[in-house]
Amino acid sequence: MGEFINQFLFGIYPYIAITIMVVGSVFRYDRDQYTWKADSSQLLRAKGMRVGSNLFHVGIILLFFGHLVGLLMPESVYHLVMSAQTKQLMAMIAGGIFGSICFVGLTILIRRRLFDPRIRATSKPTDIAVLLILYVQLILGLITIPYSAQHLDGSSMVALGNWAQHIVTFRSGAADFVLAEAWVFKVHLFLGLTIFLLFPFTRLVHMLSAPLKYLTRKGYQVVRKRG
Amino acid sequence: MKIRAQIGMVLNLDKCIGCHTCSVTCKNVWTSRSGVEYAWFNNVETKPGVGYPDDWENQAKWNGGWERTKSGELKPKIGGKLKVLSKLFANPDLPEIDDYYEPLTYEYERLQKSPEVKTPPTARAHSAITGAKVEKPMTGPNWEEILGGEFSKRSKDYNFKAIEKDIYGQFENTFMMYLPRLCEHCLNPSCVAACPSGAIYKREEDGIVLIDQDKCRGWRMCVSGCPYKKIYFNWESGKSEKCTFCYPRIEAGEPTVCSETCVGRIRYLGVLLYDADKISAAASVEDEEDLYQAQLDIFLDPNDPDVIKQAKLDGVPDSWMEAAQNSPVYKMAVDWKVAFPLHPEYRTMPMVWYIPPLSPIQGAAKSGVLRSKGVLPNVHDLRIPIKYLANLLTAGKEEPIVHALERMLAMRSFMRSKTVDGIADMRILEQVGLTEATLDDMYRIMALADYEDRYVIPTNHREYAGETPFDNDIAFETRSSCGFSFGNGCSGGESKTGLFEPVKFVNTMSGKPINVNPITGETESESLTVKPIYHEAVSSSPKKGDL
Repeated sequence: MGEFINQFLFGIYPYIAITIMVVGSVFRYDRDQYTWKADSSQLLRAKGMRVGSNLFHVGIILLFFGHLVGLLMPESVYHLVMSAQTKQLMAMIAGGIFGSICFVGLTILIRRRLFDPRIRATSKPTDIAVLLILYVQLILGLITIPYSAQHLDGSSMVALGNWAQHIVTFRSGAADFVLAEAWVFKVHLFLGLTIFLLFPFTRLVHMLSAPLKYLTRKGYQVVRKRG
Repeated sequence: MKIRAQIGMVLNLDKCIGCHTCSVTCKNVWTSRSGVEYAWFNNVETKPGVGYPDDWENQAKWNGGWERTKSGELKPKIGGKLKVLSKLFANPDLPEIDDYYEPLTYEYERLQKSPEVKTPPTARAHSAITGAKVEKPMTGPNWEEILGGEFSKRSKDYNFKAIEKDIYGQFENTFMMYLPRLCEHCLNPSCVAACPSGAIYKREEDGIVLIDQDKCRGWRMCVSGCPYKKIYFNWESGKSEKCTFCYPRIEAGEPTVCSETCVGRIRYLGVLLYDADKISAAASVEDEEDLYQAQLDIFLDPNDPDVIKQAKLDGVPDSWMEAAQNSPVYKMAVDWKVAFPLHPEYRTMPMVWYIPPLSPIQGAAKSGVLRSKGVLPNVHDLRIPIKYLANLLTAGKEEPIVHALERMLAMRSFMRSKTVDGIADMRILEQVGLTEATLDDMYRIMALADYEDRYVIPTNHREYAGETPFDNDIAFETRSSCGFSFGNGCSGGESKTGLFEPVKFVNTMSGKPINVNPITGETESESLTVKPIYHEAVSSSPKKGDL
């Protein structure tokens, strides 16, 4: 039974979550783009935004790319530069710093969202849910650091990397890599996948619209022709 | 040369009575939804005053508009592209809603449903955002109406720059004027430049600046970028909104709602032709005082055969050319030079123009003798300081304002001499360099201001969207489609619950306090008949009718 649950959560659920994320996002973008936005509440209350929002966003963007590179870079590639042990140590330190930055920011934002009367009154259920889920996920992520410190040989990290790489390359047996890992890694993985699943139904979609194209816009003005 | 046409507006401040009809009709049409209760696409301010939102003209604080770099190029005052992106997470230049005002609603139902009571029932204020009772409104969109409040606060008005302002706080020297404000539909809009999503655009065919509500991601940089603070962030939908110049009406050849309903007949709409290739050079001239003239120089004479020929090549329809030749805006702004752009020093090249107001002559009151300049009174004796008007309309340059006010005085004197005394006093015309025909035209358009003289608006030509008329279906595919709506409001697939956090505009101004439960999303409307305050008074007098 335990093995089946493991197989479902880490072998099948990832595909369900990612499929819903992709299809849901495409559908929302195409059918209901009016709802696609960052949904800033700064107009109603600027207090807490400058520190909170900046720290949160900077922290979470760095964490995102840390995870992306850390999980998906094949062993053979990073072994050219460093050993698995070194990489794990680097991941722990970088993750710890970025995670702490994000934690401080997110704490300020949650406090603002829950206890500022204006922000609370104008929050949609998903606005609150997203913050709380990210908070739990972030704390779980930070708890993994002491667990990792118990075995510095890089084995856990390699196993998680293998899991992710098997998932994205559609290879079987992905779930077996995480079977023996500590509970905190498993819960962190599951919640992470759940965030993917919820992604298209929340304001998180705004990250897909990061306006990097602005930097390459020719000149400043935009003129539209008739039609 | 690239000729484009734009519908511009002129407001004759000399005739504005500050009745706010424009603001109210605009609000009823465009911003009577939750999220934009605080927004006035059109508002009327009493000047001198700090205006709405608070201190909007202070660009040292808000960083709106453009700035000229040392190399002579323009960049948005909020920063170049990288700097704008660095402000995405928390925008330090964004006004808070309290800089506008917290929108309120009043418990009107208590007035309607009150039983007989000892004291008159009250309708208390509630915040339209939180539903909480508001003890004391702290500010509003028209807080300084007719010089309300202390002079010390009002005199923070940016237009007092380089003026010894203290004497204008004295009752004998006080002055005021009204300033209706709307989006300027600039030729060099800084909101467009600041929008990281590219959602704001200027329409090529009529120059109207619009925000694509689907493409807007709510990064809120346009709110900061606009120096007139005429873009509003809708806190309900999370998108920015602005004056649309009532484009559905303009396309049909009808005036905007604010113009149509203006009881003082102060608003004019007409076509201006300009050379689009010259905008950036004109907007970046070094001396701020030259900006007004630089802007005038990019407009083209619609009667010039070369211009007519080029305009046809550039796709300006013939009906637009004809409208440009009869344009009251061209006459007042370019021909007669009596109308001016608002704050040209922002370098946005605004396209809503203002005729400065005349005011009573102070010198006469003081000495009993009119100081005059030739046959006309001296405009420097007008109660409103020339410098104040110049700071508002010409970046501080006084000569064009003097020129305009003299022409307006001349028009009055000449028509007075003609109709009252029965003699056309030609000395007046000589002094201001006008012919009698021009003055008659000025009188017809500025003083009589008939409907058809105020609004010369050609209809939009959808069929010109293609290379040649009717070479595509653009004109036809919008036929019978839905009108103005938000999101996929036209789509048949919209469910009541909505998968993707649908925006539900509710009436937050109904007087019913809203308490939205953020977890369930349910609205717990406080029952108005259960425990109103005045029931305390009633309960002490148990017999019905015993008052």
